[in-house]
Amino acid sequence: MSLDISFIGILIGSIMASSVPLILAASGELITERSGVLNLGVEGMMIIGAISGFALMVITDNLFIAIVGSMLSGVIISLIFGFLTQSLLTNHVATGLALTIFGIGLSAMLGKNFVGIPGKEFPILFSSLRESIPFFGPILFGHSIVLYFAFALPFLTNYFLKKTKLGLIVRAVGDSPVSASNQGINVILVRYCCILYGGAMCGLAGAYLSLIYTPQWIENMTAGRGWIALALVVFATWSPIKVLIGALIFGGITILQLHMQAIGFRIPVQFLSALPYLMTIIVLVVISRDSRKIKLNTPTSLGRIFYKEK
Amino acid sequence: MYKNFFRYLISAIFLLGFSVNSNADFKVGFVYVGPTGDHGWTFQHHEGRNAVEAAGIKTTFVESVPEGADAERVIRQLAQSGHDLIFTTSFGYMDPTNKVAKDFPNVKFEHATGYKREHSNVSTYSARFYEGRTLLGHIAGKMTKTNTIGYIASFPIPEVIRGINAMTLAAQKVNPNIKTKIVWVFTWYDPGKEAEAAQALIDQGADVIMQHTDSTAPVQTAEKAGVWSFGQASDMQRFAPKSILTSIIDDWAPYYVERAIAARDGTWNQQDTWHGLKEGMVAMGPYNSAMGADLVKEVEQLQKDLASGKVHSFTGPIYDQKGNILVAEGKVADDGMLAGMSVYVKGVEGDIPK
Repeated sequence: MSLDISFIGILIGSIMASSVPLILAASGELITERSGVLNLGVEGMMIIGAISGFALMVITDNLFIAIVGSMLSGVIISLIFGFLTQSLLTNHVATGLALTIFGIGLSAMLGKNFVGIPGKEFPILFSSLRESIPFFGPILFGHSIVLYFAFALPFLTNYFLKKTKLGLIVRAVGDSPVSASNQGINVILVRYCCILYGGAMCGLAGAYLSLIYTPQWIENMTAGRGWIALALVVFATWSPIKVLIGALIFGGITILQLHMQAIGFRIPVQFLSALPYLMTIIVLVVISRDSRKIKLNTPTSLGRIFYKEK
Repeated sequence: MYKNFFRYLISAIFLLGFSVNSNADFKVGFVYVGPTGDHGWTFQHHEGRNAVEAAGIKTTFVESVPEGADAERVIRQLAQSGHDLIFTTSFGYMDPTNKVAKDFPNVKFEHATGYKREHSNVSTYSARFYEGRTLLGHIAGKMTKTNTIGYIASFPIPEVIRGINAMTLAAQKVNPNIKTKIVWVFTWYDPGKEAEAAQALIDQGADVIMQHTDSTAPVQTAEKAGVWSFGQASDMQRFAPKSILTSIIDDWAPYYVERAIAARDGTWNQQDTWHGLKEGMVAMGPYNSAMGADLVKEVEQLQKDLASGKVHSFTGPIYDQKGNILVAEGKVADDGMLAGMSVYVKGVEGDIPK
């Protein structure tokens, strides 16, 4: 086995690549939840994004259209959720679960003709720098544009929520929709926007899997990553930076346990497989002990139906 | 008098209905563990189904059926809805198949890769994939520069362990310094995880990647990393044209057609089939020219010898990891030992998960 410094660089690089779908989906869902809407349809929106992105890539042979299209497909499917929960005032939990089941079924149907088609090489940036700089090269360079975007996203989200007026509005709507409404904020409109944004990010997360990470379409290829993203948001106590940390730990331990097997550690394999879940929960619980901060970040009206009396 | 007349009438209708049912409506059902488009295991079973259909027999299939409680429900459903012969094509369907077979003595069942035939209407069939693994081991032993072969394993069942052992023995024969590194992913089919496992093995120095899982993700990962790989179950060459040295191809079509016709004509009987290179149930994909003409010739000769029985994949002396003798010098492992194989041979690293 080799554990030299350049190898650790490569390892960190592949851990980053595996966390991207979690970061994207969890960051999107975080905004949705901060506006007081609990959308359990993350998995469904991701899988729709995955098939839409792949199908568009095959049909148009254009990766840009494929990426944008996958985000649009996430927007469209989350619009169904928005219409049901915001305009028809249905229960968030039930509607979200239905969205996931619907998404998985629909994607399998749409994907029938796209199974077994080899994907296209997605362009990576600064590939020459990756080779020439030891350790930092594979960490910082040689990734797809989506990865750089994903790693910037939690910081942008943090800035948006804490420093901008729009962010303040989103938080107000999530904490106390009634007061926000009394201040003249259109609560339903804000929530619609947050739902659609969450849908776009989940669509992108799915497309990352089908276009970049394992370039192909396969039924059910998100394999539960949407649920992990949902759990991350809660365990990170609605803080974007902690979402990033959680996603990296989860991706990191997943990859590390495979390496530990390959190196030949004599630890039961079943335990290693459970390790990513355990470690992510433990770390996030430990770093989120401050109950004052939790209260500050938790959207008080999460999952509650709001309707304006006329 | 009328009473008797009605009795005759009813039994006549009944008999008529029965005879029509058994001749014209002969139907074969298939249960798959993955989607038909996995381009691996299920894809090949589906090709076999297509051959049965082409032979003029009606078929239906259910894909992506999880092993476990769902499987029993699906198999029962097929049996209830008038299928006369049902192929259940994954190891994990073994108990559900036998359970349903007990309740439907008139339906014939064919279970792939299992060993339980608890009722007279259950047959089992499998292919001697390990003969293919022997060829892969020979090629891998010759092609590796790092002397490290990476193996992505699914579940610790005899079928998988047999493959690991056959490959390692063949590789050791041509390259005594060979090491086999194994990663268990505990799934037949999760492209993301399979790709990550392949990458982990490559990072740990493996320059030949082999898989006992069903998606094309590992060969694509190998292609990207510039290491060698082998296709599994189906010819995966077009997914990794530079990296794939050859593929083990499962060809179920002749067996499926033969068994379906036998069941239709009433000549079906219980049996345990284990076919290999000789019968063509195991076939090899085209050999990559990167292997060089000499090695291709060598491997083709070995393939012929395995098919004719001149060479056996498990020829003694074979030792387990602790150095105890498993197969004595000059002997070959019998089918009973192969079917129940549950220990690694010497040279494989790590423990089998329990």
